[in-house]
Amino acid sequence: MNAFIWTIAVVTVLGLLLALVLYLVAQRFKVEEDPRIDEVEKAMPGANCGGCGFAGCRAFAEAAVKAPNLDNNYCPVGGNDTMAKVAAILGYEVKAKAPMVAVVRCNGTCEARPKVNEYDGYASCYVKSLLYTGDTGCAYGCLGCGDCVAACQFGALSMDPVTGLPVVDQEKCTACGACTKACPKRIIELRPMGPRGMREFVSCVNKEKGPVAKKACANACIGCGICAKTCTHEAITVEGNVAYIDPAKCKLCRECEAMCPTGAIHGVNFPKPLDKDAVKERIKVRQQKAKEAAEAAKAAEAAKAAAEPVKKEATNE
Amino acid sequence: MSKHTFSIGGVHPHDSKISRECAIQPLPIAPTVYISVAQHIGAPSVPCVAVGDKVKVGQVIAQPGGFVGAFIHSSVSGTVKSIAPRADLAGRPSTHIEIAVEGDEWVDTIDRSETLVTAIPDDPKAIIDKVRLGGVVGLGGATFPTHVKLSPPPGSKCERVIINGCECEPYLTSDFRTLLEKGEQVVVGAVLLQKAMGGVPCTIAIEENKPEAIAHIREVIAKLGYKDMDVMVMKMMYPQGGEKQLIDAVMHRQVGSGALPISVGAVVQNVATALAVYDAVQKNKPIVDNSVTVTGECFPKQANLLVRVGTPLQYIIDFLGGIPADAAKVISGGPMMGRAIANLQAATVKGTGALLFLTEKQTRRAPETNCIRCGKCADACPMGLEPFLLNKLSKAQDWDACEANAAQDCIECGCCLYSCPAQIPLLDNIRVGKGAVLGAIRARAAAAKAAAEAAKK
Amino acid sequence: MSKLLVSPSPHIHSKVSTKSLMLDVVIALIPAVICSVVFYGWQELLVLGVSVASCVLLEWAITKYMLKQPSTIGDWSAVITGILLALNVPYTTPWWVIFIGAVVAIGVAKMTFGGLGQNIWNPALVGRVFLLVSFPTYMTTWNQPQGLFGVDAVSGPTPLGAIQEGLLQGASVQDLTAAYNYKDLLFANLGGSAGEVCALALLAGFVYLCCRKVIKPWITLSIFATVALTSLIFWSVDPTRFTDPLFNLLTGGLILGACFMATDYVTSPMSLWGGVIFGVGIGFLTMMIRYFGSYPEGVSFAILIMNSVVPLLNMWFKQKKFGRK
Repeated sequence: MNAFIWTIAVVTVLGLLLALVLYLVAQRFKVEEDPRIDEVEKAMPGANCGGCGFAGCRAFAEAAVKAPNLDNNYCPVGGNDTMAKVAAILGYEVKAKAPMVAVVRCNGTCEARPKVNEYDGYASCYVKSLLYTGDTGCAYGCLGCGDCVAACQFGALSMDPVTGLPVVDQEKCTACGACTKACPKRIIELRPMGPRGMREFVSCVNKEKGPVAKKACANACIGCGICAKTCTHEAITVEGNVAYIDPAKCKLCRECEAMCPTGAIHGVNFPKPLDKDAVKERIKVRQQKAKEAAEAAKAAEAAKAAAEPVKKEATNE
Repeated sequence: MSKHTFSIGGVHPHDSKISRECAIQPLPIAPTVYISVAQHIGAPSVPCVAVGDKVKVGQVIAQPGGFVGAFIHSSVSGTVKSIAPRADLAGRPSTHIEIAVEGDEWVDTIDRSETLVTAIPDDPKAIIDKVRLGGVVGLGGATFPTHVKLSPPPGSKCERVIINGCECEPYLTSDFRTLLEKGEQVVVGAVLLQKAMGGVPCTIAIEENKPEAIAHIREVIAKLGYKDMDVMVMKMMYPQGGEKQLIDAVMHRQVGSGALPISVGAVVQNVATALAVYDAVQKNKPIVDNSVTVTGECFPKQANLLVRVGTPLQYIIDFLGGIPADAAKVISGGPMMGRAIANLQAATVKGTGALLFLTEKQTRRAPETNCIRCGKCADACPMGLEPFLLNKLSKAQDWDACEANAAQDCIECGCCLYSCPAQIPLLDNIRVGKGAVLGAIRARAAAAKAAAEAAKK
Repeated sequence: MSKLLVSPSPHIHSKVSTKSLMLDVVIALIPAVICSVVFYGWQELLVLGVSVASCVLLEWAITKYMLKQPSTIGDWSAVITGILLALNVPYTTPWWVIFIGAVVAIGVAKMTFGGLGQNIWNPALVGRVFLLVSFPTYMTTWNQPQGLFGVDAVSGPTPLGAIQEGLLQGASVQDLTAAYNYKDLLFANLGGSAGEVCALALLAGFVYLCCRKVIKPWITLSIFATVALTSLIFWSVDPTRFTDPLFNLLTGGLILGACFMATDYVTSPMSLWGGVIFGVGIGFLTMMIRYFGSYPEGVSFAILIMNSVVPLLNMWFKQKKFGRK
């Protein structure tokens, strides 16, 4: 019994002593830190993906607390909800940003873009790109080894075994941008999600001239410029033999998609499938009308020019 | 006969020199040649001819784009058809000068006779200048402009010229044939290099599997009566012909990390380069052709060809009867460090030393399995690195750790991947780490330079 | 000609693969296996069969049903584990005990860590030690061998076991070792687990592995040297308490351990000096356990302990890099 009491006593005293030591040491080496850093960090998604441009959520929180406003600090993963929380903690204003999503700008499927040689090295797009332009005729398209899939921390990317191309799961994509950096060919772009997810984009980055591009891949953008001519919103530019749709200007009318001769323009999440013929007919009618209007205007101009002296005379009268 | 070798690592691939008995024969000139302006290390050359110009063999068609650069001469006579981007071996576009061949008219100043010119110019500067004008680059594979190598930075002193005749890569025989057939010229080229470096001694290093070449060069040196030159017999071991390994084997000095051979007093030139130096200095003949080994067990017609620079690979292959049915890979260079060719329409460059055909069985990689920590890669690495570790660090993108473990010292010889029983693509990944580390080192150097300049102001 | 292959260099590969290395080890073990079957009879063959079959089967089942990965039994490493485990237990061990040993060796010591190359400890040894501490009766009972061709064999405990027992009863080592002659030790005429019995067969396997450059001899040689040296010192101090060097080299699982278990790639250091330190550690610990421990045999424990410090040895002892320091 005595031993029992002694044991309890010794252990208790020892525990108290050690607690005191721990407390003193903690006090001695305490680092003064803005408590808001912890609060901000707690509000973050905690994925430490680096999508914001900082090393991780903690680094973001430190930077956000130091920054005079939140203009340069945005967490793409947490999105507007998280940023509202962060803004509330720090007392800043936050500008809501349109949600973004990763978009794969290559449609060089196995079928459309036949292989011309066989790659036998380490299955990494980066290693492959260091070695050569790739196992297809296209020097710009997807290399198909899945570096983007490996880079995605959110499981939003997967390789489609049929097409050999990466597929983005837009529900899981947080637009952190890791895949855009991992892709050595830079074919993945962050674009606004669009209303109800509807968006229109050119699924090709091939800068070769039309015939070369077409030879390598049936789905390539050949830089023909029909889309740019069709677009009534000046949203499409053709530069370096490849078209680009500016998401800020695009009105999702899908006319370019209907007109593209190679099917390089993709529209996703539209409620109805695209009736190409109807749209083409519509464009034709419109262009016909425009042509007629232009001719009419021209005729009117000519008539006006012809009538002018007469008119003058008439007025003089 | 005592044999010399380097001190760390190395492997013993079968030497497979099946084309060793084939004498060098000239390849008929192709109807059209495509001469790249970026066929050496350094800035690409700037074309100085225009479309439609008539050119002769040996005429300058592109000027160096910087100090580390080289003249490029027309390898044929004919008309410049275009100056445009064209896909190289790897499919990457680079500027090529396309020349439609008409006859074979050479520039008058070139001495095309076979007479051996042994009179050595007195002025080292004159030699180096002629080397520069001849567009000579290192033909051992790196294609580093030779005149730059012969102009050491102030404060460093050359103590020995080493002529690299190891040809340690399996299959390759063009240097061996050159030693046998052009031994005199190579030896005189070596004397020119000695003179250019200030009369230092010279060692011609030849691997033991070329006894004929060793005997022949010894004979030539004795016949011509050169005193300050010896032939060193090297052990058959890959990568004996690696610049750093060869200096270690010959001079027992190790070139430090990131340092140049001249830092230990060595200048290494390949046999073919020595011949090119002879041609440029004694015969006024720039590099317009080079010898190319075309070989492989599955290739019926082994050959060592003298090929004009810019000849399409497909033309060479067709001349020898086309690609054999069971060839699965065509390689420019040897099987250890050569580059697999993705584009057979590409044209040869000065540094093209071989076309090698391998069958699927010889070359296809087996599936990767777990590392069994056998340490064979570390035993094989001639730079004393730990490839298994660098592979891991590189995959984890831990560039600082890569640098701490000397990824930047990798010479990409391939010994690690060659010897790995688990077929782990070690070198594929280490290259990535090496590239990242070298990039970081360059960025640091640039930043330090900028800071120093800012401090000066 | 179909599509050309394109890959980074090098484009050729040495003929050595994981499978060929493992097959070499299996070949090197064959003399010892034959020897033990001849010596112990069909029962030993049963032990070997059960051990190898359960190791291979377990690895196959684990990769297929638990890890859902391609099977790795094609690399033959499970076969080696099976043979080594069988050589490490008495031929009288019941089949279910061996199966449990295989479960521990393959299931716990190997596959839990991620399979071949990832394990910290030698799987066969972990299995053996597990059996030794769990089923001491089975593991230390050495019945009279029947012998395949009626080879006349000595009954009783292993020499090391007998001596430990004898010392506890107050006998002197000299009297106890007098019962054994070294020729018997060398040519397998004593009780013991299968792998302990024929030193010559094991050494032949070791020489084969060295000649094929599968293993480098320095680990094994440093173990032998350390055991010899340590026991020489103790033996010279007091020959009545401590056994002599030759006896220590030839008895117990030392040769099997030093030649085949300590040299396992996965659980041994890569560099020369790392290997030497590793070997010295094993040799010294073995002798300490033999002289002062409560178990008569210490090789298994010594190797497992030294396995644990391999990562440190790999970190401390690196090859000199070219052109540095």
